[in-house]
Amino acid sequence: MQRATARVIEPAINQLGQLLQRLQMHTAVEQPCPRPSPVEDAAEEERSLDAEDLRVLHLAAPFKLHRLEHGPDTLVVLKLEQAKRYYRQLLALRRLEAAAAQLYKERQVRGFCHLYTGQEACAVGLCAALREQDNLIGGYRIHGYAYLMGVSAVGVLAELTGKCSGCARGKGGSMHMYAPHFYGGNGIVGAQVPLGAGIALASKYRNEDAVCFALYGDGAANQGQIFECFNMAQLWQLPLVFVCENNHYGMGTSIWRSTSNTSNYKRGDELPGIWVDGQDVLAVRSAAQFAIDHARRHGPLVLELCTYRYAGHSMSDPGTNYRKREEVQRVRRSQDAVERFGTLCQQQALLSKSEMLAIEQEVRDEVQQATKVAIGDAELPLYHLWSDVYASSLLNKIRGISEHNLRHDVT
Amino acid sequence: MLRSRLIQAANAAQRTFSTTPRALAAKQMTVRDGLNSALDDELARDDRVFLLGEEVAQYDGAYKISRGLWKKYGDKRIIDTPITEMGFAGIAVGAAMAGLRPVCEFMTFNFSMQAIDHIINSAAKTFYMSAGAVNVPIVFRGPNGAASGVAAQHSQCFAAWYAHCPGLKVVSPYDTEDARGLLKSAIRDPDPVVVLENELMYGTAFPIDDKVTDPDFLVPIGKAKIMRPGKDITFVAHSKAVETCLLAAAELAKKGIEAEVINLRSIRPLDMATIFASVRKTHHLVTVENGWPQHGVGAEICARIMEDQTFFELDAPVWRCCGVDVPMPYAKTLEAHALPRVNDLTEAALKVLGGKAGKAVAAAK
Repeated sequence: MQRATARVIEPAINQLGQLLQRLQMHTAVEQPCPRPSPVEDAAEEERSLDAEDLRVLHLAAPFKLHRLEHGPDTLVVLKLEQAKRYYRQLLALRRLEAAAAQLYKERQVRGFCHLYTGQEACAVGLCAALREQDNLIGGYRIHGYAYLMGVSAVGVLAELTGKCSGCARGKGGSMHMYAPHFYGGNGIVGAQVPLGAGIALASKYRNEDAVCFALYGDGAANQGQIFECFNMAQLWQLPLVFVCENNHYGMGTSIWRSTSNTSNYKRGDELPGIWVDGQDVLAVRSAAQFAIDHARRHGPLVLELCTYRYAGHSMSDPGTNYRKREEVQRVRRSQDAVERFGTLCQQQALLSKSEMLAIEQEVRDEVQQATKVAIGDAELPLYHLWSDVYASSLLNKIRGISEHNLRHDVT
Repeated sequence: MLRSRLIQAANAAQRTFSTTPRALAAKQMTVRDGLNSALDDELARDDRVFLLGEEVAQYDGAYKISRGLWKKYGDKRIIDTPITEMGFAGIAVGAAMAGLRPVCEFMTFNFSMQAIDHIINSAAKTFYMSAGAVNVPIVFRGPNGAASGVAAQHSQCFAAWYAHCPGLKVVSPYDTEDARGLLKSAIRDPDPVVVLENELMYGTAFPIDDKVTDPDFLVPIGKAKIMRPGKDITFVAHSKAVETCLLAAAELAKKGIEAEVINLRSIRPLDMATIFASVRKTHHLVTVENGWPQHGVGAEICARIMEDQTFFELDAPVWRCCGVDVPMPYAKTLEAHALPRVNDLTEAALKVLGGKAGKAVAAAK
């Protein structure tokens, strides 16, 4: 197979793009022509690429743009290593949520549990674009993000079961998972967006080249504080990407019943916006790469990821009162993120059936092992009930049920 | 006009406390300058410290607490926000989570209710929820409590509200030393601290020791201060109510009753050790606050005394003097009667002292 450097083929990109417009969607091209994306480091650009190991693809659905002349690349590169990684991540997220649902049914998980099933391409695509220094903060449907931001399957599932090996040692639960550069979920709908703007402000303040992704759903999109942040982020040119994952239902209220302007990517007023096919990992990745670049150079923007959740809002919601079963089935059949990406990888001969099965098995084992730990592990010893209330406790005593007698510790 | 008259009155009141030759000779500083110099010190000391809020920069602060700081530190460190409390309080908390040390000014604490979700759910709880992974070193500050002639929506004490919440520290300075030392401690603290100032005290000048102007002068959070020692009865108060207590103590002294006045300084944690020690000495206690009575700071102090051996040291029930249990009226006479005044305190003290007060009065005569 022909070998070429990225530098040599770069002038041919436009021509090739036009050619590809006429080709079928998701067509593999023999010539490698990666446009250096923000995530690629210089060394990688310089390296020779083997055409067998990558495909140049045309995205299935076009982006819709608001206040932007040019949008993200619709011509994307998928490397073999990436194909494996994304496929594995998509499967892992789905498996994790299946395990979470099962644990919930077994009463191992208490309280709230919001499943991400159906929306996996959003998280995998976004996190694929993040650079090491970039930050992310999310809402209450964040098990998948926690995993992709570095929390292990045990860290996620044991947090759900409230055990020691949970990423917040069982003190946070479903909506409060944290990792480096991941500032958690948030149980207050929309509250994470100003926090994300503050994280972006901190990066700018320290002259760090880091972008923050602040995630919210179509339900939260009507919260006033998000509009407050559109204004301040634009005013102060914060390196912030507003990411609206539009799964079309805020609890049981469809976007058409809750929102007058359902084009969330246009709701940032002066902020540019991009509508993205949120069921397509590569579209999300391309949009997120564009957004990182834009946020660094021109300030904030809004991404609307069009997606769908298969499960109800939470475990107490069967998810069928306010929408038809057929609607869910239709999305599952034609737009399922895992299926779509798996099929693409097979069509492009990036993954064989047996390789896919092997990945599936690997993921299944990982989640199965983690589930065992999540069930078998112990809860924190009781004295942790009163630890970590303050980073620096001043009186060192916390009131118990009937006396002021608990010695506060920072662990 | 009214404000300047009040400040004059407060200054006059203050002069009556400064009876020792040393105090008369001491340097004077207003509470406003105490706060301003505290911000200046800490901005200079730590690059991570920045101030944001409405009108804090170019306008020099709605109450001029940040006067001159924008000129000195510029747009990066002194940030004017739009009128959007929930948004900018959340942004400040996010910046603190990411390692900066924001000072978030509310033009008055009345507006903090727009942002209370970020103070409690985002700031106070994150360290616990993350099992110690993410701390939130932020200061929320601004004038709290009743101002003058501004009616119900702008006259309210938030001490009990914020002190209710684990994860927060709450301080409420009375004089310049408190204001300067507590704000500096709050900025250096790794946890979220609510600093409840008082607009009516901003212009009041207090004598200060040389040590107070030292760049490393700090007032520890969680420690109360005995403003005036006494053996017969204890007044415990915070913020402007400390002034009422000192005036009441001066009145009682004329009757031969020696009242001890405790300035709480911190509302959370409460320095109960100082209160207990005082009650063991005086055996009588009156709590004083300008906030509402129900579930208030006084109510908490009463409960804490009942739960402690100190309860048995009391010779009479603890009494509370609080703001009247109504929204603040606008009209001047009604407003004046809505908050505890000196004679309310002296009457409460005499009632608590009962027969002992009579003996003291007789002895004085």
